[in-house]
Amino acid sequence: MVGIVGYGIYIPRYRIKTEEIARIWGADGERVAKGLLVEEKSVPGTDEDAATMAVEAARNSVTQAQIDPTEIGAVYCGSESFPYAVKPTATIVAQAICASEHIQCADLEFACKAGSAGIQICMSHVIAKEMKYGMAIGTDCSQGKPRDALEYSASAGAASFIIGDDSREIIAEIEGTYSYTTDTPDFWRREGSEFPRHGSRFTGEPAYFAHVIAGAKGIMKKLELSVEDFNYAVFHMPNGKFPIKTGKTLGIPLDKVKPGLIVIRIGNTYSASSLIGLCRIFDLASPDERILCVSYGSGAGSDAFSFLMTENITEKRENSGVPTVDDYIEDKEYIDYALYAKHRRKIKKMM
Amino acid sequence: MSDRSVPLFWRKSKQMYNLIGSECITCGTRYFPGRRICPQCRKEGQMHEFKFSGKGQVVTYSVVRDAPEGYELEVPYIVAIVQLEEGPRLTTPITYCDLDEIFIGMPVEACFRKLREAGDHGIIIYGYKFRPIKGAKPN
Ligand SMILES: [Zn+2]
Repeated sequence: MVGIVGYGIYIPRYRIKTEEIARIWGADGERVAKGLLVEEKSVPGTDEDAATMAVEAARNSVTQAQIDPTEIGAVYCGSESFPYAVKPTATIVAQAICASEHIQCADLEFACKAGSAGIQICMSHVIAKEMKYGMAIGTDCSQGKPRDALEYSASAGAASFIIGDDSREIIAEIEGTYSYTTDTPDFWRREGSEFPRHGSRFTGEPAYFAHVIAGAKGIMKKLELSVEDFNYAVFHMPNGKFPIKTGKTLGIPLDKVKPGLIVIRIGNTYSASSLIGLCRIFDLASPDERILCVSYGSGAGSDAFSFLMTENITEKRENSGVPTVDDYIEDKEYIDYALYAKHRRKIKKMM
Repeated sequence: MSDRSVPLFWRKSKQMYNLIGSECITCGTRYFPGRRICPQCRKEGQMHEFKFSGKGQVVTYSVVRDAPEGYELEVPYIVAIVQLEEGPRLTTPITYCDLDEIFIGMPVEACFRKLREAGDHGIIIYGYKFRPIKGAKPN
């Protein structure tokens, strides 16, 4: 058996409302919020970045897993907003969780699905008995260009998972994984560019929907499961509308999608988006319940997983004392656009 | 800050990431930053590495409004002397805390933050800061 031994997330405390961003650009805030289904988004503090959030999430996952961090054999950090262009973030995480030096580390890039790619790599290591545990993290504090549609959604957060093969420790068995990948330039950022660019309407049908739906169908076919076999479904959330539409297309009832739909409250956390949604479901799911999770990364590809909750979840959730996804969502402080600009260093060039 | 100071930060990074100091097995005193020799036991002292829990409380604090180079975007910020629950005191920035929120005796915990950047092109220094423990009452 291979599965999740522990998980942890991190969401920075600051929030800006969609209305407040719209106010600056003379847009109708209520309409934008309803259109995107994003009411507010998380904003990192001036002293936070993809590395610090990864560390906070990783520490939570180690505490929840109740394992010795020196038994972790690999740390994979997935992001598209690493603090350095050259200098790994995974090594910072490894040292900050007191992992051993006998460890392999790498940073992964695949737009918003680099974190789920890390889970797949850790699964392979663990199945091959190369290591006892692997750690996979999705972390991002991405920025939208001022006034771009992405400015309303691009937010910050991280999710960390410890993958192992001991059935006495696993809280959610990974029944299988399936990826669907094509060469589709729907979203990109060139080296040295501060903000990403996107193919506008091109990002919908041929990119997000085609890959996420193919991923969901692919994993169900591979495992001979159907929509009815799943109690929950979580998809990458660039906004609230896309995952809801995906669920509808697949014939999944809305109440199975809603529990993971965190984008309304925190925005699109990129590499952490579907993964924080997944953790919210881990926070409330019961043993024997099944979860469909499909990430999406522009460029483009999807990673689909089927998770089956085990009875170990109850004890680990209750005894670890690690904050839940809702704890992080509710611990918030609103900032206005001026402070937001300071936080996001948009005023940097003026100084 | 020049690139030549990188080794200095690198040597301290283990203790800065995880609040690792030292403990004298002979008399039980804990030190942060760590020491090689226990000033109380001298030759009789036996030191080993000690990881602090990161919990403590504010002993005193001040608000920095005129920041040194590399901290310009941080102002105004709070610097406090924190007493760790295991004994030692240290000076640390307090993050996630409004200026009117801080008080002497405030329970705080360590978190992982970016401490400073050596300009736009130099290294980024990470380490501990302290933040209020939500909902905790002063002792
Ligand atoms: Zn001593």
